[in-house]
Amino acid sequence: MIPVLLILVPLLTGLTSFFLKNERTVRSWALFASLVTLAVSLLGLTLLKDQQYLFFQAEWMASLNSSFSVRLDGMGQILCLLNAVAFPLIFISTWRSNYPKANNFFALMLLAQAGMMGVFLAMDALLFYFFWELALIPAYFLCSQWGGPKRIQVTFKFFIYTFVGSLLMLVGILYIYFHTKDTSFDIASFYKASLTAKEQTWLFWLLFIAFAIKMPIFPFHTWQPDTYEQSPTATTMVLSGVMVKMGVFGVLRWLLPVLPDASWAWGDSVSTMAVAGMIYASLIAIRQDDLKRLVAYSSIAHIGLMCLTIFSVNNIGMQGVMIQMFNHGINIIGLWIVIELIERQFGTRKISELGGLAQKAPAMAILFVVIALANIALPLTNAFVGEFLMFTGIFTSTVTKYNIWFTVLAGLCIILAAIYTLNLIRKVFYGNTVELTVNTSDIKLNEKLALGIIVVLIFWAGIYSQPFLDVTKNVSTDVTNSILDKPEINKYLRK
Amino acid sequence: MQNALQIAWLIPLFPLLGFLINGLGRKHLSKSAIGVIGSGVILASFVMSIWVFLQVKDGNTHVADYFNFISVGDLSIPFAFQLDQLSSLFLLIITGVGFLIHVYSASYMHEEKTEHFGRYFSYLNLFVFSMLLLVMGGNYVIMFIGWEGVGLCSYLLIGYWFKKAEYNKAANKAFIMNRIGDLAFLIAIFWIIKKVGNVNYHDVFQFAGENKFSTADITGITLLLFVGATGKSAQIPLYTWLPDAMAGPTPVSALIHAATMVTAGIYMIARSNVLYSLSHTTMNIVAIVGLATALLAATIALKQNDIKKVLAYSTVSQLGFMFLALGTGAYVAAVFHVMTHAFFKALLFLGSGSVIHAMGGEQDIRNMGGLSKKLSVTYFTFLVGCIAIAGIPPFSGFFSKDAILLSAFEKSPVLYGIALFTALLTAFYMFRLLFITFSGKFRGTHEQEHHLHESPAAMTIPLIILAVLSIIGGFVGIPEALMHGGDKLSAFLSPVIKPHEGTPVSHSTEYGLMALSTVLVIAMIIAAWFKFRNYQRSEAAGFGKVLENKWYVDELYDKIIVNPLNKFGGFLNSFIEKFVIDGVVNGVGRIVNYSSRQLRLLQSGQVGSYIFLMVLSMLVVFVLQFFLRK
Repeated sequence: MIPVLLILVPLLTGLTSFFLKNERTVRSWALFASLVTLAVSLLGLTLLKDQQYLFFQAEWMASLNSSFSVRLDGMGQILCLLNAVAFPLIFISTWRSNYPKANNFFALMLLAQAGMMGVFLAMDALLFYFFWELALIPAYFLCSQWGGPKRIQVTFKFFIYTFVGSLLMLVGILYIYFHTKDTSFDIASFYKASLTAKEQTWLFWLLFIAFAIKMPIFPFHTWQPDTYEQSPTATTMVLSGVMVKMGVFGVLRWLLPVLPDASWAWGDSVSTMAVAGMIYASLIAIRQDDLKRLVAYSSIAHIGLMCLTIFSVNNIGMQGVMIQMFNHGINIIGLWIVIELIERQFGTRKISELGGLAQKAPAMAILFVVIALANIALPLTNAFVGEFLMFTGIFTSTVTKYNIWFTVLAGLCIILAAIYTLNLIRKVFYGNTVELTVNTSDIKLNEKLALGIIVVLIFWAGIYSQPFLDVTKNVSTDVTNSILDKPEINKYLRK
Repeated sequence: MQNALQIAWLIPLFPLLGFLINGLGRKHLSKSAIGVIGSGVILASFVMSIWVFLQVKDGNTHVADYFNFISVGDLSIPFAFQLDQLSSLFLLIITGVGFLIHVYSASYMHEEKTEHFGRYFSYLNLFVFSMLLLVMGGNYVIMFIGWEGVGLCSYLLIGYWFKKAEYNKAANKAFIMNRIGDLAFLIAIFWIIKKVGNVNYHDVFQFAGENKFSTADITGITLLLFVGATGKSAQIPLYTWLPDAMAGPTPVSALIHAATMVTAGIYMIARSNVLYSLSHTTMNIVAIVGLATALLAATIALKQNDIKKVLAYSTVSQLGFMFLALGTGAYVAAVFHVMTHAFFKALLFLGSGSVIHAMGGEQDIRNMGGLSKKLSVTYFTFLVGCIAIAGIPPFSGFFSKDAILLSAFEKSPVLYGIALFTALLTAFYMFRLLFITFSGKFRGTHEQEHHLHESPAAMTIPLIILAVLSIIGGFVGIPEALMHGGDKLSAFLSPVIKPHEGTPVSHSTEYGLMALSTVLVIAMIIAAWFKFRNYQRSEAAGFGKVLENKWYVDELYDKIIVNPLNKFGGFLNSFIEKFVIDGVVNGVGRIVNYSSRQLRLLQSGQVGSYIFLMVLSMLVVFVLQFFLRK
């Protein structure tokens, strides 16, 4: 029942939130709901230890051969855990933010959480698509109703991108559905679908673009900085912390194993896109003056690395991607928390208008620096383990002959990341205070709590990562082998 | 029975605890408590290090394996410490010299607010902790943790006075230049993983010993490791951060330049000597880069007027000597020079701190002069440091530099000639510094003159101890030619570093070389005496100006790397992103908008709400179907 509960708890609590009138009640209700979900997720983690996965299936639309089948395996677990950890952190840290029509706001947030849970759990293609949309629609409204001054144009752009992506995905799913042996939406049938090389190729690009928009991968990324900038920060946290992982997850669960030949054949092309996007986004990040946009571009570079690693098809790298999805989510939420604080206090996110915060708000400065350094993968922080494994995977990849080039070019982003991150810290936190920041107040208890939890997670997963790695061990091997073990690919591998 | 050395994890643990206590308690502890804790933990590590050294000396080496740091599939990276001759020697240098610097700091930084005083000591402890991880690590990944750790700590300490924008820029520069090297180090690690399957020293060296690396592999790996070393140990082309790093408090410079950080690159290559000995190409490059750096930095040091800048460039230059030694296969000589250099450079930096302290923060030697009368302890210890670095027997620098010059001579007379020339420059600029600062007439303000005083005992005692070490420190490596069995260091390190195989030079040649360098060095000192004993302020002109401006290397880097990178980022941001990509997207958007307006199907114009209703009704249908199923 665990997988079902993971979806039902946020779904039902979200729906009830619509009818709560008092802002304080709905806020507490949402926090309570997210904590229940977290408890369920942790329970799932302990149960998963003894089994490979937790499974639930019920008949749904039998006429279409689609069933309500949800399964919690290692990769689903780590992402559901991220989803479950993220929301309490978000609710705690934004406890002091006020939203008009708070009941609708929190309801939509919880619905988005339910949708994402479904995405990570669905074992049926139609169900996956359904949850995908269920996650996106609330996000769209959260941005368009509660966003910044430019929200209308921005959400329009967001909508265009998302709409195109969903459409491509739907076409792809339906095509594969009709070519499964038993005309079923079941994931097992999808994995066994018989498709010619040509069909695989265009299906690959349909689905890849759909996922690439979500991740996002250059050049399908321009919705992201705008949307992050204009959305209320709580929503930005959801989008960047958890929702972008839907794209990465989609590639790992629905693209590679379903279309292994095309994934292998087009691997170099995708990797080139990913690595170009990483450098592109990192260079742009250096030039950003808006805190939110800077973090948005840095996130594009980080996700690009995940994409590059996935298409290097290597067990070590795959493992790195899975743990990094969790780490990236935790770290970026931490960054947003501080940015939200800064924006709420000074009414600006412009780096050039800020300065000297470390003098006035040392706790904020220390916590931000720790999280920012984790974000650039300093050893003994969580992201180092993930990035180290990912880079090892890229370098030792057997599917491409450009592995050294990819490693070096992607590696440049490690340096660029240091440049923009340290410049941000220098300009915002160090130096002398400016007029605006003379009366800065330090962080409050709720924010300290949220950031404290994040810092603990950063060091835990950075020093003793084995428990995290063990969760995704089996799935990582399965995904990798779904390509490497194919006889027609295996013979081409570079030893 | 478990090896007694298993308990070595205590050595880095002490400074880590110091970091946590001082870091978290900086608002609650008194300054003296902070100083005692901060120095005490290093002393504890030092005592442990002596114990480890004695164990190792008795032949007990050990790889202590604690837990799996990363274990994925076939790749297993243990969190392990390697305790052997090389690491135990470095442990002594780091904790020993580190301890003296901590004690000195407690007095030097006493003017700081308690809170910042605590922050300072916590960073200092963290620095030592990272350096200990670096040298104790039993594999390349643990070394890398310490490697980036010292990079971080140098960043924090250089930018310690974070209100000053310039200092923060210097801190960023240090971190970023180090990161460039770190990337090369990382790629070398990936390469090793690809070939060997893990990163443990033992396995990698065994693999290399069996000649399983191809020439391309070994050259690639060693070159990448060396690029990593050029970042941390400030060699061409990544040296420019180190002179700027003196933005930090002076004891920090002593720590960075002497006991920790910059020696990391030397340690790494000495540790990997098995790999380096397999690649002649790399060895030659290491030697040439080292020598070029030594010469370049020495020329710059000739014309610097900031007391700490002269010392900073002398560090770069001395590190160049060490790389020259590594490149000519004289690994022991390099390690030897690390050790003696740690003594006299720590001494010189702390001495300069004492001068700056007395001068009320003044660092420009043109405004000093005649300080020997008022600052006698500082003067005499500084003099010892200068003699040691210049390489006059029997001071420590003589023996280590002699070993390096000898190995250069064995390799080629040209290398030797340039190295000797650089050594003469060293003597010249160091004594220029000494004479301008301490001889002649005082050239500062009256107020400064009035306040001139010798530093307190907490600062002078470390100076005296370091001065003694600078005098006697060289006796562990007396060349065979002078004393049979005098080279105890080579014998001690022989299990880790195979004895040097050069073309043996006859003893008479060796005597000749020693005499030559000694005579010339003394001549240089006399020349400096005549030129600078009564220094008068003058503006540099012509070539001197080029040297004073450090060959304009920083300006060059700005022109060819930093500015183009910024411009390119700006171009991508304001043109490609806004016009090209968004142009396409908005075009698509406009088409959709246009057609929807034509179709008039979506009366409200709110495409979103329409879709939302659609999905919502789908949701309801789906859910109903779920509950109504038979």
